[in-house]
Amino acid sequence: MTMQALVQVLASGLLTGLIYGLVAVGLSLIFGLMDVVNFAHGEFLMLAMYATFGLVFVSGLDPIVLMPLVAALMFVLGGTIYFGVVRFAMRAKANQGMVQIFATFGLAILLQGVAQYLFTPDYRSLQGSWLGGKTLDLGGVYLPWPQVFGALVSLAAFGGLFLLMTRTDFGRALEATREDQGAVALVGIDRNRIFALGWGLGAALVGLAGAVLTVFYYIHPGVGGAFALIAYVTVALGGFGSVFGALAAGLIVGLVEAATAVVLPPSMKSVGVYALYLLVVLVRPQGLFGRL
Amino acid sequence: MSPDPSGPILRVDDVTLAFGGLVANRDVTLDVRRGEILGLIGPNGAGKSTLFNLISGVYRPSKGRILFEGTDITRLPPAERCRRGIARTFQVPRSFDSMNVLENVTVGALARHPTAASARRAALDTLERVELTHRAEAVAGELTPPEKRRLEVARALATGPSLLLLDEVLTGLTPSEAKAGVALIRRVAATGVTVIMVEHVMEVVMPLVDRAVVLHLGSVLTQGLPADVVRDDGVITAYLGERHRAA
Amino acid sequence: MTGTPLIAAPAVSPGLDDAARRFAAKRRRSLYVGALVFAGLAALPYAIRDVYLQNVLVLTLLYAALSQSWNILGGYCGQISLGHALYFGIGAYTTSILFVTYGVSPWLGLGLGAMLAALVALAIGWPCFRLGGHYFSIATIVIAEAGLLLVQNWDFVGGAMGVQWPFNPDSWATLQFARDKIPYAHLALGLFVATWLVTFGVAESRWGYGWRAVKDDPAAAQSLGVEVFRSKMAAAAISAFFTAVGGGLYASYVSYIDPESVMSFRFSLLFALPAVLGGVGTLWGALVGAAILIPITEISRSYLGGTGSGIDLIFYGGLVMVVAIARPEGVLSLFKRTRAARNEEG
Repeated sequence: MTMQALVQVLASGLLTGLIYGLVAVGLSLIFGLMDVVNFAHGEFLMLAMYATFGLVFVSGLDPIVLMPLVAALMFVLGGTIYFGVVRFAMRAKANQGMVQIFATFGLAILLQGVAQYLFTPDYRSLQGSWLGGKTLDLGGVYLPWPQVFGALVSLAAFGGLFLLMTRTDFGRALEATREDQGAVALVGIDRNRIFALGWGLGAALVGLAGAVLTVFYYIHPGVGGAFALIAYVTVALGGFGSVFGALAAGLIVGLVEAATAVVLPPSMKSVGVYALYLLVVLVRPQGLFGRL
Repeated sequence: MSPDPSGPILRVDDVTLAFGGLVANRDVTLDVRRGEILGLIGPNGAGKSTLFNLISGVYRPSKGRILFEGTDITRLPPAERCRRGIARTFQVPRSFDSMNVLENVTVGALARHPTAASARRAALDTLERVELTHRAEAVAGELTPPEKRRLEVARALATGPSLLLLDEVLTGLTPSEAKAGVALIRRVAATGVTVIMVEHVMEVVMPLVDRAVVLHLGSVLTQGLPADVVRDDGVITAYLGERHRAA
Repeated sequence: MTGTPLIAAPAVSPGLDDAARRFAAKRRRSLYVGALVFAGLAALPYAIRDVYLQNVLVLTLLYAALSQSWNILGGYCGQISLGHALYFGIGAYTTSILFVTYGVSPWLGLGLGAMLAALVALAIGWPCFRLGGHYFSIATIVIAEAGLLLVQNWDFVGGAMGVQWPFNPDSWATLQFARDKIPYAHLALGLFVATWLVTFGVAESRWGYGWRAVKDDPAAAQSLGVEVFRSKMAAAAISAFFTAVGGGLYASYVSYIDPESVMSFRFSLLFALPAVLGGVGTLWGALVGAAILIPITEISRSYLGGTGSGIDLIFYGGLVMVVAIARPEGVLSLFKRTRAARNEEG
């Protein structure tokens, strides 16, 4: 392999990895906050893609412009789902873990149904974004602009998240809850409010990822499944609850996937990622930055 | 091998437990005599519960050994220690909440009984002993907190222990409940079971125990007869702080 | 080493004897109820003449059996697997390949597939049972997906094309019945009865108590002498064993399998849901759940889903969500409550 080809693989792996990190971080954030795995995480992504699609259809604007609006809508959706579903699931006295899994699973199926009802099961794709089809030429290394843009959005989002978690009361409350669920009550923070904010934030982050993906990925009611799997692997790899573990693990997953695609046929590109996951489960079950 | 009947039933030998930089127990050495009721006291964070976790096998010490009946059990898993005769309760009761009271105790009895049928019989018998028979078919999750503590004791007793570790079983009880609890522990000890009890409330525990060990900041501060321990200056300071000592 | 006669009761009080008798009577009653229900279910396919409804019955019984298998690990031992499609696929593929390629009797194939699945479950359990709660569930999803990917790319087992069973005359020897669905209903029922009996037997045994203790509180369980890791491994192996038998039967029933049609994620979900709906960790939860869920799924697919409108998914997902939140003990607990209330009054 030539040097240039190697750089090409590395660069596209890193770009994809940054986007994977953005897809996964909301899942990790919510888990860290309240020990709940959102099994409808992929469907949040799917809804964000359809929201982008619908808004573009209605307004005629570029998806890039609509991105903040999509994130805001997803924020509202996440908070609503916390108040409407998750809050009740957390009250269960018996079979707590099971209730959480199946409540969010049921939600996932329901959201798929809603998307199918509103948009039909057809595959869709967005045409006509400024970025669509353009590539960035870096001395012979070609990077598609949509992915470059997505990676930049991801970096910006993680930067914002860092500021949020270190500079604001919300961030400190979040950190306190991560350390100790009881701490929230002690500090005098309303649990429901912080949890709802956490769900809103988690959904908004995956919403950003969804909006970015519409520029270069097809849209389909079942599209969440594939990304959810990557998100689980990423979060398990980085460590459940670790926000920046998700970023690091996203990069690793992106690189491993790109490297696998060089060696194996495209249909097997996930094999490397799965193998890596199994290795981590064997050697360090809590993930790279996680606590058991 | 047969253990020396005159030797200590349990020996904690220079045990240290550290989590990262945090030391929970430091250089703890103590002997527990066969048949005694030993009180393990000390202020919050003194390392009482971690010491229980070390004895019952939840944690492995970073340094030191634990000997039970003369055998080194430092590396044995909790289930094996239970089969050898160490039973425990938890500070926050951990009943099996989806099972009923009888089933909870049967789990314990299975440590000693080959079949579920004989274990169930033993469990019913244990329930009589701790006066919980009337709640045998109640779901554990629906018990009141004092009932849950009683269930924990029953479950531990059903394993047929020779050493019983009781973690704050008298805490949070009304005076009459505490009295019944004390009577139960006396009855258990009278059958030859060695008891170590962690307690916070000195007034309750001191009349009950034969000997007391005071832990402070993870180490043994002092040990001896309850009457001596209560008068110990170091204990008073550790427990109440400087200003009470002057008063 | 006990040194204490604490357990040896001097005289059995009448209260104890009474409790033991009540317990034995309850067990006997369960068996009678079981025999009655199974006899009724065995006769049912003769009463249904409609082939479509017979198909629904076969699937209902099969999913009841599969969910009962899942229930052993998920409901009794509390290890929520979302990757049982892997074991289902192992059963379906082992039976199919052995029969189609090597002419080995499907009966033998069922047994071999089941044993293979149990071994795979043990191999997976070895690392995964060190993981708690959600970690385990997610590991099962990923491993099952990896298995699906492997089968899709493995030419020896037909790759993405799958395996077609040859057309043969109806026979119990090859488990092939071209038109008649009644034998399949009985096979599925037989598997359900087997899983029910295993559950019935195990529930009140050393293993059963251990599993339920592990489910409720593993730390407390091991302090009472329960071998937590070994308990989980045993539950996983038994659960995978019967799931694979179900996979083999399913393959013979549909006589054509491909990776997506036996190993996709929705199967893992479908095995869990009936037990969750009916009541996890109960004897009858899986059957009750399957009897509600499978007809609804099949009928809503026929009448609502044909257009791809998504209404079937909305209904289905909504049902799962509402039951999980409103009735975490499953719909069976509705009856238990009322009975308990009656007893209280009486």
